[in-house]
Amino acid sequence: MSINRREFLKIAGISTVAGIGAPWAINEILNRGVEAARVLPGLEALVAKRWAMVIDTRKFRTADDYKRVMDACHRIHNVPDIENPKHEVKWIWTDTFEHAFPGQEHKYMPEDIKHKPFLLLCNHCERPMCVRVCPTKATFKREDGIVMMDMHRCIGCRFCMAACPFGARSFNWRDPRPFIKEENKEFPTRMIGVVEKCTLCYERLAKGLKPACVEESNGGLIFGDLGDPNSEVRKILSSTYTIRRKPELGTEPSVYYIIGGNENV
Amino acid sequence: MYNSRNIIIGLIIFAAFVTFPFYNNFGKAVTKPDPKLDTPEIQKFPENERRCVEPKEFMKAGHMQLLNGWRDSVVRYGNRIYVNDAGKEFEISLQNTCMKCHSNKKKFCDECHNYAAVKPYCWKCHIEPKEKET
Repeated sequence: MSINRREFLKIAGISTVAGIGAPWAINEILNRGVEAARVLPGLEALVAKRWAMVIDTRKFRTADDYKRVMDACHRIHNVPDIENPKHEVKWIWTDTFEHAFPGQEHKYMPEDIKHKPFLLLCNHCERPMCVRVCPTKATFKREDGIVMMDMHRCIGCRFCMAACPFGARSFNWRDPRPFIKEENKEFPTRMIGVVEKCTLCYERLAKGLKPACVEESNGGLIFGDLGDPNSEVRKILSSTYTIRRKPELGTEPSVYYIIGGNENV
Repeated sequence: MYNSRNIIIGLIIFAAFVTFPFYNNFGKAVTKPDPKLDTPEIQKFPENERRCVEPKEFMKAGHMQLLNGWRDSVVRYGNRIYVNDAGKEFEISLQNTCMKCHSNKKKFCDECHNYAAVKPYCWKCHIEPKEKET
């Protein structure tokens, strides 16, 4: 059987149309039931152009001030309490000035600031390096600036942990379930082999609540929208001198610090 | 054929091994799965309000597509309210919506999943409801 150029082109054309059209048609038929329904954001959800946080370190004075905030976060998010530092999982934690703001310390700085713990959490960067390296888009930036984790997609490659300059991410080396003292039944846990971090309480924002740490901080943490010039965070940022962690890396962190010792409150 | 004896014996063993599940289960009746919808939480609703988010037939065949869509809707797009064809709104949540009514995971989920030998890994993260009977 021979075939001339004209016939060949006809068959090729029909095949191309069928090849492109068939998957679309099958998709349409399969998804009919689901597409009839709609999804909406919650009515009472807090929305912003870009969420940000100011940490007023002057307000944190006793060990209990830190513990209350960290416990609130870890409790409601089912963060396991693993003692072994190699397997530890943390969403919000503390470290010294020297470690939190490397390069900013000097030997003549006030003793109380030198030794004071500073609250650290995911910075929800404007240009998050973790998002750039994630091969599955399990971590991604939402439109309101929150750097989210989709645990369903995480394959545990830990590229994001290598990329994050702030150490904000923890890997589940072990099954976290046995290390959770009291499970919050409203929120999932994680499984072995995924990376987790602070999600800026996206589940609370959806219900109109501020993040748990902010609620527990007695004014030490201020939460708001950077895109709104009248928001509380913008007012503080324009009136008070604040610093961010490792700004020289260009990731544009959204967590700002007012640095202060214990006596100058 | 070289080594025909070994090859034929090997082929017979291979065929016997591969078809083992078929003749082992041949003629055996496996009890049909019997998922239960009668949890106390569902019984509390008046008769005419005992409706799932979508009709039973759709949920039977397509709950996995629905859950997939729900997951992406919440996690990736931040849309937490599902509106069904009847216009009723539901919070999109496996733990807080589905399992609040279907509190009998063993009889509701596992019954069919075990029968069909599928192992969805929902419960490695999502906390399953506490069940009294074992």
